[in-house]
Amino acid sequence: MTALTPLAARRRFIRPMCGILIAAGFLALWPLQRSIDQLQGAQAQFADVLYLSSGTTLRRYCLGYEGLLADVYWTRVVQYFGRQRLAHSTRFELLGPLLRITTELDPQLLTAYRFGSIFLAEKPPGGAGQPQEALQLLRRGIVANPDYWRLWQDLGFIYYWDLKDYRNTSRIFRIGSERPGALPWMRAMAASVAAQGGEIQTSRILWTEIARQVDNDAIRQSAEAHLLALDAEQQITALNALLDRYRDQQGHAASSFAELVVAGYLPGLPVDPTGVPYVIGAKGRTILGPRSKVDLALLQ
Amino acid sequence: MLAVETLDLAKDYYVGFWRKRPRKALQALNLCVESGEIFGLLGPNGAGKTTTLKLLFRLVFPTSGTARILGKDIKDVSVHARVGYLPENPYFYDHLTAEEYLNFAAELFSIPAPARRRRVGDLLEQVGLTEARDVPLRRFSKGMVQRVGIAQALVNDPEVIFLDEPISGLDPLGRREVRELILRLKEQKKTVFFSTHILSDAELLCDRVAILNRGRLLGCGELSKILSLGVHATEIVLENPAPETLAELSSYTSALVQTGERVRFEVPEQSDVAKVLEITLRRGARIVSLNPLKMSLEDYFLAQVAPATEKAREKQARLGVR
Amino acid sequence: MRVATIALHTFKESVRERVLYNLVVFAVLLTAAGILFGIISVGVKEIILINLGLASISVFGLLIAIFIGIGLVSKEIERRSIYSILSKPVMRSEFILGKYLGLLLTLVVNTAIMTAGLYLALFYEKRTLALSDLNVLGAVYFILLQLAVVVGIALFFSSISTPILSAAFTFCFYIIGNFLADIRWFGREAQNVFLERATALLYYLLPNFGNFNVITRVSHGEKIPGYLVVGNSCYALLYITILVSAAILVFEEREFK
Repeated sequence: MTALTPLAARRRFIRPMCGILIAAGFLALWPLQRSIDQLQGAQAQFADVLYLSSGTTLRRYCLGYEGLLADVYWTRVVQYFGRQRLAHSTRFELLGPLLRITTELDPQLLTAYRFGSIFLAEKPPGGAGQPQEALQLLRRGIVANPDYWRLWQDLGFIYYWDLKDYRNTSRIFRIGSERPGALPWMRAMAASVAAQGGEIQTSRILWTEIARQVDNDAIRQSAEAHLLALDAEQQITALNALLDRYRDQQGHAASSFAELVVAGYLPGLPVDPTGVPYVIGAKGRTILGPRSKVDLALLQ
Repeated sequence: MLAVETLDLAKDYYVGFWRKRPRKALQALNLCVESGEIFGLLGPNGAGKTTTLKLLFRLVFPTSGTARILGKDIKDVSVHARVGYLPENPYFYDHLTAEEYLNFAAELFSIPAPARRRRVGDLLEQVGLTEARDVPLRRFSKGMVQRVGIAQALVNDPEVIFLDEPISGLDPLGRREVRELILRLKEQKKTVFFSTHILSDAELLCDRVAILNRGRLLGCGELSKILSLGVHATEIVLENPAPETLAELSSYTSALVQTGERVRFEVPEQSDVAKVLEITLRRGARIVSLNPLKMSLEDYFLAQVAPATEKAREKQARLGVR
Repeated sequence: MRVATIALHTFKESVRERVLYNLVVFAVLLTAAGILFGIISVGVKEIILINLGLASISVFGLLIAIFIGIGLVSKEIERRSIYSILSKPVMRSEFILGKYLGLLLTLVVNTAIMTAGLYLALFYEKRTLALSDLNVLGAVYFILLQLAVVVGIALFFSSISTPILSAAFTFCFYIIGNFLADIRWFGREAQNVFLERATALLYYLLPNFGNFNVITRVSHGEKIPGYLVVGNSCYALLYITILVSAAILVFEEREFK
């Protein structure tokens, strides 16, 4: 073997040296970036800033990529909403403007109208508690997407649940049911709400429908919770009637449901839809067990 | 010591986008170039001449085999300090002048400034660009660029000079100048290794040649030997011979060709030439010329390359390629 | 030595190709802005001048870094001028290093002239220069660090790809590098272990240009904290080492057909 000249010798080391430099470089970058982030601290945080307040202005700056930007803004809406909720904050003042920018950037982004209106209408701490803002958002959505019947459905729900305005609910459901592709229950709903002024049976139809068609876990869970509450409400009404009958026939009020079982009024101890036994409260009325997962407040 | 030595040097290029197939650009080339000779690498376009030179300078890497320049493995870049290379159709930087470019080239050899200035001046003189030293290269003609290319290959006063098609593409005057330059280099005891597809250049310049076709070495040897191998007849031209003379000669000669007063014929057998001359002189005919008919490089080349090309054509025909 | 030769040659080439003409545009821009905002605005003239000046230094530098950078190696290969360089006793690594340093030198000179112009404009506006104006130098230094990384990216792509693709890749890297913090944040909020890990990996793997963004802070007279100067210098140096090493590694294997 011939002796290597300096150039040839150096050349042999170049490849392994480059490999080592690359690996070592990335290994050193990691702690460095971490320390920079730590020292930057608050400044590096994702700031709650509304960069621009008008989506239509913004549209002009984004050279035809407004759809993409709308997606980014929608993601910001979701993150903003999620973060405020996690922090148990009741301040949602950026929610409305963010949603407006999102939908102005991309008026066909239906998700933004549908979930956005729920975020806005829901009572704190579940949402911003701004049903009027939600109505406006949906109305804009309907103007931009006149053939999409589910926006009418969402509008109807806000009238029904948040504003308890059954006359308008019925009107909205009826208009919505005339949109192409609207499911038949919309018409039934309209009639039902108009006739009964918001009865429990109507609620059940509504919530069953929602639980069936929505593929968002949070909303389905909410619908299911509503349904549980509706069931419990009905059971409580029935149990209260039974308690009244017991008191009338036996001459004294029952102190526990076990007495009703012994006396043959009930086949066994009554349990709520989550499997927790009902108890008799201080006023002699049926109430939920202390560990029950049913939330009757949902129905108010 | 051998100036250049290749040992089973081979290169496959992979062609095709999805399914790469190898195309054999060079197959197991074994060459030895002696120090101080002018060596010609001959072959038609696509024969593998440029590939050979690129392999020697590590611009492409061999699929197998190896090579040595001045006794050093070609992987050792330091040998570049003692050689020069003119690429095919060279291009240099448009924005530089000839002088600036040569200066840059000299700097890459770490030649100190005063020596560099002298060397660049000498080279410009040698390739006849002294007048144009301050002209940007973008205004140079092809011939002038070629001369800059030769100058940059000589900037380090190399022992071996590699020139890829140095003469093609030049006007007749330029060709003569480059030929003279190559001969001057030989006088200076340099080794010149050059490729060409122009046979007359090789005939005029080369001590030895190697002939390549389709990546294969067809023959290699001293030019004079390859040529003398081919002495196949002696051509004789007579003026106004008597018909009897011709009749007597007819048994030794090939067909006669009469043009005006002259008659031209060939004597196929070397041993018959003396007899023919004796008859001619005895009959008092006037001899205009007598030429041993050597096989020209052109003939050799055609004879070697033609069967291969022929075979390729047959193969294509079989495959239905038009 | 050979590295310096190639670097100077690269610098000379970019100067001869009239790269520095962008300085004229820069001068016109600053002067026009000075006059215009002097007429239509009150109290923000200095801030706007600094903002605009630094933004132009960054944008012009970026354009040069990308568009010259992508041609650094690929143009030499395409024009075959690299044949006569590599046939001299030049190692491929020296060639890459020289090319990198050459463009960096161009950018340093270009940026230096623009910075001088910016200070001149500031002085013309205020008739005086305060110590706090030195902060601008800090921002310029950060821009240069950023440009040095961009040149590295362009060089790397230039040694493996065509100029157009290199430009696209380099530009993408620059954009993504600016949004890395947001991308990581989205990954965290997604509450998905895989996404979170993936975005964290990207965060540490890709060049984080967000680190260097101080223009707005500087224009409001804020001082750049010392740890950021040291940290960013180390960061850029590390990243450039990685990129140049990768370019050399690729280039060592490259054939010129």
